Amino acid sequence: MNPAMTPVATPFFFYFLSGLAILGGLLVITRRNAVHSALALIVTLLAVAGLYLMLYAPFVAGVQIIVYAGGIMVLFLFVIMLVNLERTIKERQFNRIWPVGLAAGCALLALFLAVYAKGKSLFPEQARGLAEGNNTQQIGEMLYGNYMFAFEIASLLLLVAILGAVIMAKKRI
Amino acid sequence: MLNSLMSYLGSNVTPGEANNQLWALIYVLIIFAGVSVAVIAMNWLERKALAHFQVRLGPMRVGPHGLLQPIADAVKLLLKEDIIPSESDKFVFWIAPLIGLLAAFTVYTVVPFGPSQAVSDMNIGILFMLGVSSLAVLGIVMAGWASNSHYPLIGALRSSAQMVSYEVAMGMAVVSAILMTSLHGAGIYGASNLSDGTGTLSMIGIVQAQQEQQVWFLFKFFPLGLVAFVIFAIAMVAETNRAPFDLPEAESELTAGFHTEYSGLRWSLFMLAEYAAMIAVSSIAVTLWLGGWMRPFPHWLSGSAWDFIFSLFPGLTFLGLGAIAVRGTLRMPKHEYFRVQTIGLGAFALVLAGIGLLLLAIAIGAHSSGREAIARAADAMNNIYWFVTKIAVFMYLFIWYRATWPRYRFDQLMKVGWKVMLPISLGVLILTAIVGVIA
Amino acid sequence: MNEIKDDSAALKNEFTNLDLETPEKPYLDSNELIINMGPQHPATHGVLRVILKLDGEKVLGTECVIGYLHRGVEKIAENRTYTMFNPYVDRMDYVAAVSNGLGYCLAIEKLLNVEAPARANYIRVILTELNRIASHQLWLGTHALDIGAMTPLFYTFRDREEILKIFEKYCGARLTTHAFRIGGCQYETYAGFEKEVKNFVQFVRPKIDEYEELLTTNRIWLERTKNVGVISGADAIALGVTGPVLRASGVKWDLRKAQPYSRYQNFEFEIPTGENGDTYDRYLVRMAEMRQSLRIIEQAVNAIPEGPIMAKVPKVIKPAVGEIYQSIEAPKGELGYFVVSDGSTQPYRVRVRPPSFVNLQALDVMVRGMLVADVVAVIGTLDIVLGEVDR
Repeated sequence: MNPAMTPVATPFFFYFLSGLAILGGLLVITRRNAVHSALALIVTLLAVAGLYLMLYAPFVAGVQIIVYAGGIMVLFLFVIMLVNLERTIKERQFNRIWPVGLAAGCALLALFLAVYAKGKSLFPEQARGLAEGNNTQQIGEMLYGNYMFAFEIASLLLLVAILGAVIMAKKRI
Repeated sequence: MLNSLMSYLGSNVTPGEANNQLWALIYVLIIFAGVSVAVIAMNWLERKALAHFQVRLGPMRVGPHGLLQPIADAVKLLLKEDIIPSESDKFVFWIAPLIGLLAAFTVYTVVPFGPSQAVSDMNIGILFMLGVSSLAVLGIVMAGWASNSHYPLIGALRSSAQMVSYEVAMGMAVVSAILMTSLHGAGIYGASNLSDGTGTLSMIGIVQAQQEQQVWFLFKFFPLGLVAFVIFAIAMVAETNRAPFDLPEAESELTAGFHTEYSGLRWSLFMLAEYAAMIAVSSIAVTLWLGGWMRPFPHWLSGSAWDFIFSLFPGLTFLGLGAIAVRGTLRMPKHEYFRVQTIGLGAFALVLAGIGLLLLAIAIGAHSSGREAIARAADAMNNIYWFVTKIAVFMYLFIWYRATWPRYRFDQLMKVGWKVMLPISLGVLILTAIVGVIA
Repeated sequence: MNEIKDDSAALKNEFTNLDLETPEKPYLDSNELIINMGPQHPATHGVLRVILKLDGEKVLGTECVIGYLHRGVEKIAENRTYTMFNPYVDRMDYVAAVSNGLGYCLAIEKLLNVEAPARANYIRVILTELNRIASHQLWLGTHALDIGAMTPLFYTFRDREEILKIFEKYCGARLTTHAFRIGGCQYETYAGFEKEVKNFVQFVRPKIDEYEELLTTNRIWLERTKNVGVISGADAIALGVTGPVLRASGVKWDLRKAQPYSRYQNFEFEIPTGENGDTYDRYLVRMAEMRQSLRIIEQAVNAIPEGPIMAKVPKVIKPAVGEIYQSIEAPKGELGYFVVSDGSTQPYRVRVRPPSFVNLQALDVMVRGMLVADVVAVIGTLDIVLGEVDR
């Protein structure tokens, strides 16, 4: 079948993709126009899909593109376009609880620095051991073997969500 | 660099696997050029075939039998004024056709024209194709939004709702084909000698699975493979917004579609993306059910004699096309005004015949002499030829559907997608799994 | 920034007597929307403006605004002599010009108390039925095109060419033929007329089967036309709807049988009717009518009597004081002429009762509760010609 692919220019791609993701994230929160924010979020999601590829998880990358970028973001865009947001663009931005936000941000930054300082010892090594070609099979076995129960509950949850959406949107039952 | 160039020539894997960036780039350029030419040819073919269905001739003036019409259209579109609605969101307006185009063209990196004639063989090939083609929906939604007008917005939302709905049925049909790569059943379908292995999502792997199992998935687990194929064939017409599912872009309805405000080059980018997407989903169908690059009857009629006969087909096809062009040349009116056209058509006929002779020479050369390089070339030629022929059949079917059928109303369209396609495809999936394991 | 302008308020203010309020809800709800379709629209078969009140995608009410093609034909009639007005009549329903001429000539003949000779009547019947087929063919092509099937248009127009060729050879014009004169026909049939008409009948029978093959059992066509635009027989009669629309609702009423004119009583033909009064039935009724027209033409062409083609009509037509209403079964319905004469050479009043004008009222009834995409199908199935609606 397919041999594991040898990585090419890993540092360049890592910095490029993560920079793209961060840039996208920044654009999401700084744009005034909600549609532009949604587009920036799509860029972020695609960059994260690329990062998954670099972590030898092609299936997750593919599913990220299909589900997140191709499904959920389309839904976001539908909602944004159907709701008239013109009023909010003209409103003055207000954030009265900014000290709390600042404290939370600093705490998060401290956490990241601690993780970076402690180094790789915090993460298990076995992720590197999985051959890339088997990512799909491994996920399938895990999902339908060990985590079968959680999988079924998640699908039930989705079913309830779909029913709720249909009931709320219909005019007469 | 020369090393890199030469080192790949002997291998029989795709450049992606051989880790050869130069050849990957060359393949990408070849595919890009090929798809562009295919889209242009498709444009001409659509106008000509539709016209012949409708008892008229179609373009005849620009070039002999209208062969240069697409070029004239492209030039006209390029020279048009670029109108951007004043209240529109200019960035989104600009980027929407690009996203559609990118999504339509990126899928070609995994389309397998042969076991080593692909840019790269990802081991999630089919997943990648489905995912990237679902990004085209974003382009449509953004185009409708950026036009800043009621009707394109509604048309875009309808169009994208339709595409998303039929993607579900498409995905289910694809999954049942993927199941067939690993499940062989237990004897009723006569395949008990093969053991169940691990399936594969890679496009080349799927065709190779069909090769090993000696059956096109269309006929496997009959009639399940056929039903899955039919569902995919219908869903792919809806996915690309073609008739009879083209309500969002029809002119006689209230909403004239998401590309109303686009003119000139931007509109042509949408059309380019639409045709490229048609070819891409047809290639999924061909790979999954119709045996990809395999010639017909590789096991019934096996042996080097039959191989040789089938390898003459590419050359004969081009010679046939050349003969048609020669007949066209001879039937041109013998008048002063038609002199340039006659010469042009004659030259075109000669080119086609020349290509045909070249392909025949490769086939004969591969058969008689045993040289590796020619055998390799003949292999590549055969693979690409059969793949492209099957896709051409689908393209003709697309045009035929458009000429014959009225269009579905939007609510009927959605009803078919959710209430008919989805249950049937779910049923096919479950039955395939059951049949594969216990039957 | 990206504000989409909502101009429904402007529309509502413009037409304050629009009865767009439904009895259940006197005010516009937040879901409801007034949109404007036309007058420039590829599917309204002319310059028709339809204002729709929608609830999402469902139509709650419509209002047709007509008059974009009004040319004052009836007023012109008051300033022309009876013979001079004859060509104007073709321009109303320009698709079925021969029928218009027939109706007018019959009306004036009745005023004058003359009857066209037998031979003229037979020629009139043949040409009128040919025109009926041509009109129905044009209807079929454009109706199918509106619903999305592009190909039948080309097939029907190709076959309609043969009829137009016959007209051209007979009277020199293809569309606005001015074929008849008061008192009979002016032109004798040309050499080979009977043969060509017989050939045409043989030629077009399998073509009609071809059209049916493309559409009648097509699943998509059935879904688009069945139960779309339903009108009951009682409603149709109450609104004054006539023609194939009335017959498809189950009412067997055809003026050629009920009040025969121009020797129609000599011919044997059936009146096709439908049951449900939906678009599909109207389609079937018109297809059947084409076949019945072929029957009439065959019978007529085999039995054209010899004789004069013009009755004794004075050179200067001055009917006695009086009024007359004469109606015929045009392809689109009952086409009536109410002519008031005051004894002079010019009519005092000519009032045309166009079938499309009266049928258009049924649009509102048919389209309530349907989706927007069906509005186009229903306008097509009513077979209106704006030249007739507006005159």
